Amino acid sequence: MLGISEKTKIEMLKKLIEIRRFEEKAIQLYKTGKIWGYLHPCIGQEAVPVGACHAIGIQDYVISNHRGHGHCIARGADIRKMMAELFGKSTGYCKGRGGSMHIVDMELKILGENGIVGGGIPISVGAGLSCKMEGKGNVVVCFFGDGAANNGVFHESLNMAAIFKLPVIYICENNMYAISMRSADSVSCKDVGKRNCAYGIPGHIIDGSDPVEVYNAVKKAAGHARDGRGPSLIEAKTYRFYGHHPNDPAEYREKEEVEYYTSEKDPVANFKSRLLEEKIITEERIERIESEVDKKIKGAVTFAEKSPEPELEKFLEEVEQI
Amino acid sequence: MREIQYREAIREAIIEEMDRDRKVFLIGEDVGVYGGAFKAYKGLLDKYGPDRVINTPISETAIIGAGIGAALTGYRPIVEIMFIDFAALAMDQIANQAAKIHFMSGGRLNVPLVIRTQGGVGKGLATQHSQSLEAWFYHIPGLKVVMPATSYDVKGLLKTAIRDNSPVMFIEHKMTYPVKGAVPEEEYTIPFGKADIKRKGEDITIFAYSNMVLKSIEAAEELEREGISCEVVDPRTIVPLDIDEVINSVKKTGRLIIVSEACRRGSVASDISARVTERVFEYLKAPVKIVAGLDTPIPYNSTLEWASIPQKSDIIKAVKELLEEIL
Repeated sequence: MLGISEKTKIEMLKKLIEIRRFEEKAIQLYKTGKIWGYLHPCIGQEAVPVGACHAIGIQDYVISNHRGHGHCIARGADIRKMMAELFGKSTGYCKGRGGSMHIVDMELKILGENGIVGGGIPISVGAGLSCKMEGKGNVVVCFFGDGAANNGVFHESLNMAAIFKLPVIYICENNMYAISMRSADSVSCKDVGKRNCAYGIPGHIIDGSDPVEVYNAVKKAAGHARDGRGPSLIEAKTYRFYGHHPNDPAEYREKEEVEYYTSEKDPVANFKSRLLEEKIITEERIERIESEVDKKIKGAVTFAEKSPEPELEKFLEEVEQI
Repeated sequence: MREIQYREAIREAIIEEMDRDRKVFLIGEDVGVYGGAFKAYKGLLDKYGPDRVINTPISETAIIGAGIGAALTGYRPIVEIMFIDFAALAMDQIANQAAKIHFMSGGRLNVPLVIRTQGGVGKGLATQHSQSLEAWFYHIPGLKVVMPATSYDVKGLLKTAIRDNSPVMFIEHKMTYPVKGAVPEEEYTIPFGKADIKRKGEDITIFAYSNMVLKSIEAAEELEREGISCEVVDPRTIVPLDIDEVINSVKKTGRLIIVSEACRRGSVASDISARVTERVFEYLKAPVKIVAGLDTPIPYNSTLEWASIPQKSDIIKAVKELLEEIL
């Protein structure tokens, strides 16, 4: 954990807890019919966004995907606006136009989640081009899953980013399943992270349940990018604790496999233990953090519930302009 | 006034805008030393260098994505899709990303992106290089669609497209590049959603865009000699569409022919017909007539190719038929 301050580690733990609790609350709200549509929780994968977003600066860009709440929260998004968006309210990040899969925050340089698997990957090329043209040393972090790594956009974009030496960090969150299809059956080689050699760029294969490992890999890739040496590909091995969405019982997975990952590779539980072992934090402090997070989430739900619906007249006016 | 080729007008618009705004840049296949497939970018690499005239691999999706990402982060890219047929390779980025980002972000994000491309029949390029696919983009809320017919229009509209904050499909026609037209020396822009009466007339309205404007004008000139007065209305942009100008013309003439190179099924022409009929049915002296391409892939053989899209003779025939019809 060389180079990460105790303060940052505690911040990372806070974000891990915040993402976990936000997603648990969202699932609960979904199951009770308070929110609807599609919801793709990232429970089990929290360490990837947390490690990555702490390894970059506020001036850098983040491109997310359909399972993107973690990316937004790790980046510092306002969970009141996120929750309001899940409720479809006018105070939400997208004024109720986008929903769970389309949260953006330009102040935090989150260029957007994305409802299309792989849809954000080509956009990273343009954001990277823009960073390169501005010449201020900014980088782009582009998150996507193992499913997206098999889409044609992956090849076009990584090739183009590589030939132009664009400052993009491609992070494949391999949670082992693209809805129901195992990455072992869908990825032609053992590791997505080894596809780097096809583009002549650095590749890192890391344990995505460990925020420190993610942090270190992203830090390294960001340094490489800021030096003008181009993109990197990081494969973070992770696991989706639940189904593709709250109504998916995930029957395509072996019980033993789920038990192994949920007990051995829980990023939140493991990081808590680690910080306790390193005596960076106490049980009491963790409890305090958890209750603060719960309070914040409760406040977000209240905010969302009390927020007004989008105005129909305003929407119809907007339509006239489209 | 001086006359310049359509491709020169494009080049002038780009030079003026690149000189005006350092955020404007060009990206696409063979846009560099090759100067673009239709030579509209001749000399621009030397003038602006490889940082602003960016040659790409054959990766249409990543090209559009590069444009979107740069547009989201403060640039005004002009991306080139060499043939509109190749837009099929990049439809997610165009239809699901570029077109939707402004709306689905609750208006927080803008995508000031120009997608320059060209379509149409006329060079024996066969099925996969000759299509008129504007209806695909016309159908998708969130895109603007520009289809200039003349040198004057292409220059003024391209400058407007570059300054616009929305994604714009800028669709040229491969037969218009060498055609010369009057273009003033001084700077000008043309607003979107403003039709142009290309020729005044009294007896019948011909609505046409892109290369069909030129064919319609030729037809109108020939008909004039027979004493038939045609008004040729060119919308110039089909999204936004200046339907009022068409309506005004139809109110005057009572007869409307819509000429479209695209095949008829699901076409822009069909939609215009419905919209006009809804609004001014009582003014129509005859049913709206559509002169469109056949519902066929474009054939290679010249005779068959010629037969697959409207020609001047088809327009003349349609005008005469319509003038004989009484509702």
